[in-house]
Amino acid sequence: MSEYRPSILRGLLALTIRELKKWAKEPIILLMAILQPVIWMGLLGKAMNINAIFSANSLSNVNIPDISIPDYGITIPSLLIKQRLLEAFDSIGANVMQNVFGVADYFSYMSMGMISMIVMFTTMFSGMSMVWDRRLGFLDKVLSTPVSRAAIIFSKVLNAALRSMFQATIILALAVVFGLKISPTFSPVNLLGIYAAVFLLSVGLSSLFLALALRSTRHETQMAVVNLINMPLMFASNVFFPTSMMPEWLRAIASVNPVSYLTDAIRQLTIMPLDASMLVTDFIYLGVFAAVLSAIGITLSWKYLTR
Amino acid sequence: MTKNVIEVEGLTKVFNRGFVAVDHVSFSVKEGEIFGFLGPNGAGKTTTMNMLITVLKPTEGRASVLGYDVVKQAGMVRKVIGVVPQEYTADEDLSGYENVMLCADLYGIPKDVAKRRTLELLELVELTQFKDKRVETYSGGMRRRLELACGLINTPKVLFLDEPTLGLDVQTRAAIWDYIKRLKEEYGMTLFMTTHYLEEADALCDRIAIIDHGKIIAMGSPSELKESLGGDIITISIKEDMDVSELIRSVDNVKEVKKENGSYRIKAESGEVTAPIIIEVLRRRGYTVTRLSLTEPTLNEVYLEHTGKSMRDVEESREAFITHRITLRRARSR
Ligand SMILES: Nc1ncnc2c1ncn2[C@@H]1O[C@H](COP(=O)(O)OP(=O)(O)OP(=O)(O)O)[C@@H](O)[C@H]1O
Ligand SMILES: [Mg+2]
Repeated sequence: MSEYRPSILRGLLALTIRELKKWAKEPIILLMAILQPVIWMGLLGKAMNINAIFSANSLSNVNIPDISIPDYGITIPSLLIKQRLLEAFDSIGANVMQNVFGVADYFSYMSMGMISMIVMFTTMFSGMSMVWDRRLGFLDKVLSTPVSRAAIIFSKVLNAALRSMFQATIILALAVVFGLKISPTFSPVNLLGIYAAVFLLSVGLSSLFLALALRSTRHETQMAVVNLINMPLMFASNVFFPTSMMPEWLRAIASVNPVSYLTDAIRQLTIMPLDASMLVTDFIYLGVFAAVLSAIGITLSWKYLTR
Repeated sequence: MTKNVIEVEGLTKVFNRGFVAVDHVSFSVKEGEIFGFLGPNGAGKTTTMNMLITVLKPTEGRASVLGYDVVKQAGMVRKVIGVVPQEYTADEDLSGYENVMLCADLYGIPKDVAKRRTLELLELVELTQFKDKRVETYSGGMRRRLELACGLINTPKVLFLDEPTLGLDVQTRAAIWDYIKRLKEEYGMTLFMTTHYLEEADALCDRIAIIDHGKIIAMGSPSELKESLGGDIITISIKEDMDVSELIRSVDNVKEVKKENGSYRIKAESGEVTAPIIIEVLRRRGYTVTRLSLTEPTLNEVYLEHTGKSMRDVEESREAFITHRITLRRARSR
């Protein structure tokens, strides 16, 4: 009877499982979500790899004549010169890559950025699914039950975080298959760090998108809002290029962009030598971002879920 | 003495653009009764119900369910009510069983109890056979029955039904009526329902409020409402070519007699009792009654009386509109 005590945890779990079930029943959604970063990895990471520019191959068609120094009767064959030159160029190239990107291999660099990207594109759907639930009347029904309003919001947040973590695993596995160059400081424990970082950014971003979707009944509007936020968030960050290469104004944005912090944390935990103090900074930043935005999301949901 | 389960006073909802959807509505629902909100499209039925089930905040006025204020004690209200919404709100991607179990989780019903009740309810609404099928594959009637099962999962003391038979065929409609009657009789549940079907309100409800443009225009039991019109219409023809108006008028309960091209149109209270008396009186005086018809006033006449328009006119176009809306929603959800 009415003495049942609905607990936040029970409601949260039930609503989250509902979302996960829906997700599991549509593998095509997962496929689509994975596809985008994979295409980027293939195009930018492999097909148009910046590494190639700085590698010996890009000099292979340079013609070098034999150099002869008649006074000493020495002739240095062009082949030898070319080989030396190419070696020098290769090492300069590797140094340039190392100095600019922090790792010599661009594919490794950008594929770890793709984990951030998948977080962005997964979390944006939490706002969309809120709009859907409202439109289809599901939300009204849930609102008429005693389940905690916080559980309604957090189920979406949790669902986004779990999806992001699952998809991050796939991206990571694919990157390894395609030749990710793992740093010597890597240990399996780092995986937990990656999950934690992905979780924090997912919580923050999905709270943001949910807060924006609380009152919205049109998914077109929501889509526009999401694009407006996601595109700059991705390009004003270190996902594709290091912030040091950016003009000052862009660097300023990138340095407050939480996506940069996630990307940095992931790279440190996988492909770069680990710098403890920087990693701690990353986690603090991500943690504060998640805490502040989920607090805002909860406050707004108390206020605005009921029209 | 029966107590009031729902009490509503001056309840008002003004939507963003200043549109008054519900305009100072007041009524009360007694324990164990079926109370119907009858009104045409856009009258404000759903809006009123949404305020009672704590999904919408009232702009003005107050309402309580089982003594709990719908704004200040919304949490308590939610625990004791069950809701069957107008739209199909079940999750299409889940099975019927999963949907009802999800509702049980939202009410915090212990797992073992929830499982048993879910199966019981699915049996009650005759969905046992389809319980593991995705709701996507359900027909309209099956969906409605599933919503009913969800609304009953917490054995609510008060059940809110928003147009429970909308868009259903006659048979399914009758089946739903049956469930509703059983809920009232077997569990002593109090029911608040909205409808735009006159027959439904008439057949099911103990009391009705007729609502139009956000205002209650008439309230009472179906027979009270109909009687308020001044009684039934009896039409009589006699063989003899004589004016018997005065004679008929002398019969008890006869209110009005009009001679219209050869027959008499009589307005009388409780026509089924009065008509035989009239025949008897006429026969005793040697007249032969050749034709008789008795029309009981319907709620449509009540509506007509108060609004000057017939509800039947709006019904057809509305049906089409609703069907269209439901189809659209489904299509969008793909
Ligand atoms: N969220 C909203 N914002 C603005 N206007 C609204 C909103 N919801 C309902 N309305 C308006 O309020 C009026 C009453 O709507 P309501 O849904 O209560 O009618 P109803 O009697 O349930 O009709 P129906 O039988 O079609 O369900 C309608 O004119 C509708 O357009
Ligand atoms: Mg309605």
